[in-house]
Amino acid sequence: MTDSKYFTTTKKGEIFELKAELNSDKKEKKKEAVKKVIASMTVGKDVSALFPDVVNCMQTDNLELKKLVYLYLMNYAKSQPDMAIMAVNTFVKDCEDPNPLIRALAVRTMGCIRVDKITEYLCEPLRKCLKDEDPYVRKTAAVCVAKLHDINAQLVEDQGFLDTLKDLISDSNPMVVANAVAALSEIAESHPNSNLLDLNPQTINKLLTALNECTEWGQIFILDCLANYTPRDDRESQSICERVTPRLSHANSAVVLSAVKVLMKFMEMLPKDLDYYGTLLKKLAPPLVTLLSAEPELQYVALRNINLIVQRRPEILKHEMKVFFVKYNDPIYVKLEKLDIMIRLASQANIAQVLAELKEYATEVDVDFVRKAVRAIGRCAIKVEQSAERCVSTLLDLIQTKVNYVVQEAIVVIKDIFRKYPNKYESVIATLCENLDSLDEPEARAAMIWIVGEYAERIDNADELLESFLEGFHDESTQVQLQLLTAIVKLFLKKPTETQELVQQVLSLATQDSDNPDLRDRGYIYWRLLSTDPVAAKEVVLAEKPLISEETDLIEPTLLEELICHIGTLASVYHKPPSAFVEGSRGVQHKRLPGSAGSGESVESPDPGAAATETPPAVIPSQGDLLGDLLNLDLTPTTTTGPPPPTTSGMQMGAMDLLSGGLDSLVGLLHQGPPSLSASPSTTTLGGDIGGNPAMGAAFGAAPATMPASFNAPGSGGLDDLFDLGGGVGMPMGALNPPKAVWLPAMKAKGLEISGVFVRRAGVIQMEMTLTNKAMSVMTDFAIQFNRNSFGLAPAGPLQILTPLSPNQSIEPLNNLQVAVKNNIDVFYFSCQYPISMLFVEDGKMERQVFLATWKDIPNDNESQFQIKDCHLNSDAASNKLQSSNIFTIAKRTVEGQDMLYQSMKLTNGIWVLAELRVQAGNPNYTVSSISLKCRAPEVSQCVFQNYEAVLKN
Amino acid sequence: MTGSCKVLICRNYKGDVDMAEIDRFLPLLMQHEEEGLLCPVLSHGKVHFMWIKHSNLYLVSTTNKNSNASLVYSFLYKIVEVFTEYFKELEEESIQDNFVVVYELLDELMDFGFPQTTDSKILQEYITQEGAKLEVGKSKVPTTVTNAVSWRSEGIKYKKNEVFIDVIESINVLVNANGSVMSSDIVGSIKLKTMLSGMPELRLGLNDRVLFGLTGRDKGKTVVMEDVKFHQCVRLSRFDSDRTISFIPPDGESELMSYRINTHVKPLIWIESVIEKFSHSRVEIMVKAKGQFKKQSVANNVEVRVPVPSDADSPKFKTSTGQAKYVPEKNMVVWTIKSFPGGKEFLMRAHFGLPSVENNELEGKPPVTVKFEIPYFTVSGIQVRYMKIIEKSGYQALPWVRYITQSGDYQLRTNV
Repeated sequence: MTDSKYFTTTKKGEIFELKAELNSDKKEKKKEAVKKVIASMTVGKDVSALFPDVVNCMQTDNLELKKLVYLYLMNYAKSQPDMAIMAVNTFVKDCEDPNPLIRALAVRTMGCIRVDKITEYLCEPLRKCLKDEDPYVRKTAAVCVAKLHDINAQLVEDQGFLDTLKDLISDSNPMVVANAVAALSEIAESHPNSNLLDLNPQTINKLLTALNECTEWGQIFILDCLANYTPRDDRESQSICERVTPRLSHANSAVVLSAVKVLMKFMEMLPKDLDYYGTLLKKLAPPLVTLLSAEPELQYVALRNINLIVQRRPEILKHEMKVFFVKYNDPIYVKLEKLDIMIRLASQANIAQVLAELKEYATEVDVDFVRKAVRAIGRCAIKVEQSAERCVSTLLDLIQTKVNYVVQEAIVVIKDIFRKYPNKYESVIATLCENLDSLDEPEARAAMIWIVGEYAERIDNADELLESFLEGFHDESTQVQLQLLTAIVKLFLKKPTETQELVQQVLSLATQDSDNPDLRDRGYIYWRLLSTDPVAAKEVVLAEKPLISEETDLIEPTLLEELICHIGTLASVYHKPPSAFVEGSRGVQHKRLPGSAGSGESVESPDPGAAATETPPAVIPSQGDLLGDLLNLDLTPTTTTGPPPPTTSGMQMGAMDLLSGGLDSLVGLLHQGPPSLSASPSTTTLGGDIGGNPAMGAAFGAAPATMPASFNAPGSGGLDDLFDLGGGVGMPMGALNPPKAVWLPAMKAKGLEISGVFVRRAGVIQMEMTLTNKAMSVMTDFAIQFNRNSFGLAPAGPLQILTPLSPNQSIEPLNNLQVAVKNNIDVFYFSCQYPISMLFVEDGKMERQVFLATWKDIPNDNESQFQIKDCHLNSDAASNKLQSSNIFTIAKRTVEGQDMLYQSMKLTNGIWVLAELRVQAGNPNYTVSSISLKCRAPEVSQCVFQNYEAVLKN
Repeated sequence: MTGSCKVLICRNYKGDVDMAEIDRFLPLLMQHEEEGLLCPVLSHGKVHFMWIKHSNLYLVSTTNKNSNASLVYSFLYKIVEVFTEYFKELEEESIQDNFVVVYELLDELMDFGFPQTTDSKILQEYITQEGAKLEVGKSKVPTTVTNAVSWRSEGIKYKKNEVFIDVIESINVLVNANGSVMSSDIVGSIKLKTMLSGMPELRLGLNDRVLFGLTGRDKGKTVVMEDVKFHQCVRLSRFDSDRTISFIPPDGESELMSYRINTHVKPLIWIESVIEKFSHSRVEIMVKAKGQFKKQSVANNVEVRVPVPSDADSPKFKTSTGQAKYVPEKNMVVWTIKSFPGGKEFLMRAHFGLPSVENNELEGKPPVTVKFEIPYFTVSGIQVRYMKIIEKSGYQALPWVRYITQSGDYQLRTNV
C-alpha cells in the first residue's frame, strides 16, 4: 500500500467530499481525509477552504495526523489569518505535552505560522520551551526565536528572547549551542549594528569547545560565526587557527570551506616570519585539492573560492597545477573554472606543461571551453614573458586549423599580445590577414581592425583591408565602428597621401550618419584634431601607449578582501559583494580582513589604509601614466566651439604639402557640420584605442560594484580628511622654516598619518601637525600627550621648566619627543625631533659683563668645539641669520683676520649657552670655520651645534 | 521536481522566497543549457536557485540571501542519501508513494534553513514508514539526536562482536596522447561494517609516516597521506595533535575515513592504443593492455573502453584474451577481461566501417578509460596495523581487514 492513491481524485465535488470525511467520527477516516488534503496541497491545489475542518483535527493523539495538520497550518495560515487564531490554544497545550517530540513539533510549527496577530500568544510557550529540560526542545526553540524575529523583531527584543538565546551559547548540549549560534547569526545579519554576537574571548572559547562536539552542520554555523570575530592580537589569532585546523579533515566539504574561511581571515594577523604562518599555508593546500574530488557542484563552489584564494595567497597552491588539469568528463562549469585557475597558477616553471594542456583543450569540441582555452593561451603569453613566443606559435597552429571560432578567438588574444609586446611578433600579421574574411564576430573583427590600424605602415594593403570593412559600416557593432574609425585615422596619419578619401568617409560616417554618442564624439575629436593641428594629431593618436599589464582580470583588492570573508557563500561563487545581489543589505557593513600584527608590508599589507591607497592592478599599468598622457594633450583648441579658421590651421601645419588638399576639404566639411559642437573631451574616447577591449571593460566595469558603499559618516567620501591643526599663520621672515616631515606613517597607525614641524612664533613653541586620515572611516576623539621629555614640552600648557636635565641622559637625542595621539581607533605612538632652536627664548641676550663672567665661570671641561664646514658667510650675515633664531651676538672682535663672534642663547628651561663663533676672512669668501660652546649642561651642546649648522647653512 | 520541472514536493523553510518563483527555474535552466553555460547556481532577480540532479529528479533550493553555497550543496546531497536509504530509490514514484514521510523527514532534516539531524540511521529510529502504527506516547526522541554522539544509539546488541574493515584504493590517472602521465593520485577509503554491542571505543592504527615520525618508530614501509578526511565520529582534534584515529563507530556500514596520496604511481594497467581513421572508409583500432603490477596479483573484471566515431558500423574484433563488444549508444568498444594476471600483455584489434558521407558534426576526443579491481593489494602499501576495541562490558571482538585496489578516474587520451 502506498500513499500515491491519495493523489487520485474524484474531481467532482471533491472539496465537499473531503469536508464530510474530515468531520467523520472515525479516526481512521479522518486521517485518510487529511492525507488526501495534503496530497492535494502538494500538487498545488487550493484546499484552503477546508481550513476550519482541518484545524478541528488538530487535537489528536495521533502523532502522524498531528504533523499533517501542522503542515497544513503552515501552508494556509497566512491566507486565513483570522482562523489561524483557532490553532493557538492547541499550540499552547502542545508546548506542555509530556512528550518532547510534541513540544518540539509545536514550537517548530508555531514559528512557521507567519501571522503577526498570533505571535504574541506564542511568547509564553516559547519562553518555556527555551528553558525546556529536553535538549531537542531547546534546540528547536532556539531556531524559533529567529523565526519570530523575522516576523516581529520588536516583539522578540521586548520579550528578552535575545538574551535567552545568548545564554544558550553556554548550553551544555552542543546541538543547542549550534542552533543558538545559527539563530543569533541570522538575526545579527539583519541588524548589523546590534552587537548581538558580542564575541569576546570567553564566548569564542565556548564556541571552539562546542565545535569539537556538534554535528557537521553545527560546525558550519560555528565556523561561519567565528569568521566574524576579529582577534585582539596575533597570539589569539594563532590559537584560534590551531583549534580550527583539525576541521580541515572533515568529510563534509562545507565544513572544510568554512574552516578555510576562518583560517584565511585570521592568517592576516599572523606575522609572516612566524613559523606557524608557514605551517598553516602548507596545511591549507591538501584539503583544497581534495575538494576537487567532491560532487561537481561542490567542486564548482570550491573552484570559485580557490580562484579567490590564489589571488590573495598564490603561494598556497603554486605547486598544485596538475590537479587543475581538465578531465574529459568534467561538467563544463568545472572545466571553465579549472582553466581560470590554471592561468592564475601559470609561471615560468610550469608553463610548458600548461601550454601543452591548453593546446589539447583547444582542439576539443565544446565551443565555450575551446574559446576559453585559446584565450588562456594568450593570457599565458602576457603573463609569462618567456613563453610568449611559444604561445604565439601555438596560436598560429590553431589558426591553421581554420576552425572558425578558434581563429576568431586567437585573433582577439593576439591583439592583446601585440599590446603587451609591441613590434615583436608582427611577422604573424600576414597569417592573420588571410583569415580576415572568416571573421564574423564583432570582437574578432574589432581586434583585427585594431591590428591593421596599429601596424598600418607595415601592411601594404592596409587601406584596402580597412576600406572593405567600411562598406557595411552601419551594420557593424559599435565596437567595430569605433575601432574602424580609430584605425583609419591612424592609417591616415601614417600614409596621408593615399588615404584622404578614406578618412573623410569614415569621419562623416561616424559624425553625421551615426547617432551613437561615443562614435560621434570620437569622430569629432579626431576631426578637430586633424583639422587644427595634424602634427599634434599625430603625436596624440600615434603616441606610444602604456603596455597592458600581466593580470588583466584580477579582482580589485578591496573586493577581494571582502570576498575572502565570504568564502563558501554565494558571494564567493558570484565574485560579487553580497550587497550587489541581496536585497536590504545595502546598509550592511562590508566585511574586511583584519590588519596584520607586524608593520604593514607593501603589497601584502592588509592594512585598510594601505590597501586603499594602493593603485589596484588594472589593465593600464599605472593610472598616472594614462592621466599624464591625457594631460599632455593640448586641449586649448577644443575650448573654442565651432571650427577654427582655416588659416590658423594652415599655419600650424608642419606637413602642409602633404595635407593641404585633404585639409581644405576637411575644414570644409567641418563647416557643414552641426554648428554647436560639444567641446568636452571624454576620457573614455581619448583612451579609445583600447576602448571596446574586454579586458579593459572588466577592469573598469568592476569599479562601481567595488566602491566601498557606506562610510559611517556622511560627507567623508574623500579618503583624505585633513585636520590641519596648524593654520596659516605667517612665518617671521628669515626664520628657519623646515618642511613638515612624516612622523607617523599611515601604515603604522591604521591609516592615520601625522606629519609635522616645530616652529617658534612670537615666543611660543608651536608644534604644527598635519593629521591625514588615510583610512576608510572617520577618526574622532583625538587627544595628544607627550612623554616626559628633556625640556618638559607639554601640549598647550604654559612652558614650564619642570625637568632639569639629568646628566646621564644621552642615548636618545635630547630633543626627542615621544608623542601619543589617540583617536577612536587606537592610540598611536611616535617620536619626533624638534630643533632645539625652538627652545631659544627671546630674552636670550646676555649682558656683556655677565657673558664674560659666565664664560670664565663655566669650567673648561664643559666646553665643546665643533667644526663647521662649507659655510661661506661673513660674520654679519651669520649674526643676522642666527638672531632670527634667538641666538644673539654680544660682541665681535677680529684677531689675525679671523672674526670672533660671542653669542648667547637661553633655553626655555633657563639654561644659558654661550658660544664663540670663528669666521675666517679668507679669499674670496668668508668662511665660518668653528665654534666653541660653553654651557653648564654640556649635554645640550651637540644639539645647539646642530642647530647652528642648520641655521647657518639654510 | 521531476525531470520536466513539475514540483513533486516542496517545503518553504523561511517564507522569504515566493513559492511561485520556482516556475522561473525551468526556463532559466533551458536557457543556460542552450547557451552551453550550465551552472549549478542560477538566478532570477533576487532569487537564487542552487540545484543538483539525481537520476531524473531536480533538487532545487531557493534563497534570496548570501547563503552558504557549499552548505546548500552538501545538504542537497545529504537529502539524496537519506531518501535513498529510506526508499531504496529516489525517484518520482518513491516520493509520491511516501509523501507523508517525506514531509516528516524534510521537517526533521532542516529547520528555518538550518540543517538539523541528517543521519538516516538515527532518523529511522523515530520517523518510520509505518507511521500509522506509532501512537503518541510511544514515540520518543531518541536521545541520540541531541547527543554529542549523534551517530550511534545506545543499547545495540550483537551475539558475535565483529568489525569488518575494507581498505579500498582508487587510482586516478590522466595520461596524455603521447603516453606521458599528466597526473596520478590515489584516493583511499576505509570502510567499516561494525557489528559491535554497546558503545565501543575504537582505535585504528595505520602505517602512517607522520605517526611513525611522531613516535620515533621507523620500521617497515610507511605511507604519507597528503590529506585525510574523517567521518564525524572521529575525534579530529585528537588526530591533529597526535595522529591517533579514535572514535565511537556508527552501527553498520559507514565510511570511516578517506585519504589522498599524491605519489606518482605507475599506471597499473598500461594501455597503448592506435586508432587510425580513414575518412569515408574505416577505423582501425589496436589496443595493447599490459598489467604493470606484481605477478602474484590478479586484476579482475578489467574493462577497457575505447571510443569510436558515432557513425561507425559493422564492427569486427580480434582479441588475444577476453571479449570485445561494441556499445553503439556510448560510441565505444568495451573489451572485458575477467582475469588479468600481473606482468601479462594482451592485444585487441577492432575494425569498423565508416559511411562514405562524412558526418559533419564535430566530435570530441573522448579518452580510453579502464576499469579494474585488484584484491588483496593496496598500491600505496597502506596497512591496518591494529584495531583496538574497548567496550565497558569488556567483550572480545574480532576485526577483519580486506584490501582492494581499483580504478578510479582512469583516463588515457587518444590522438584521434
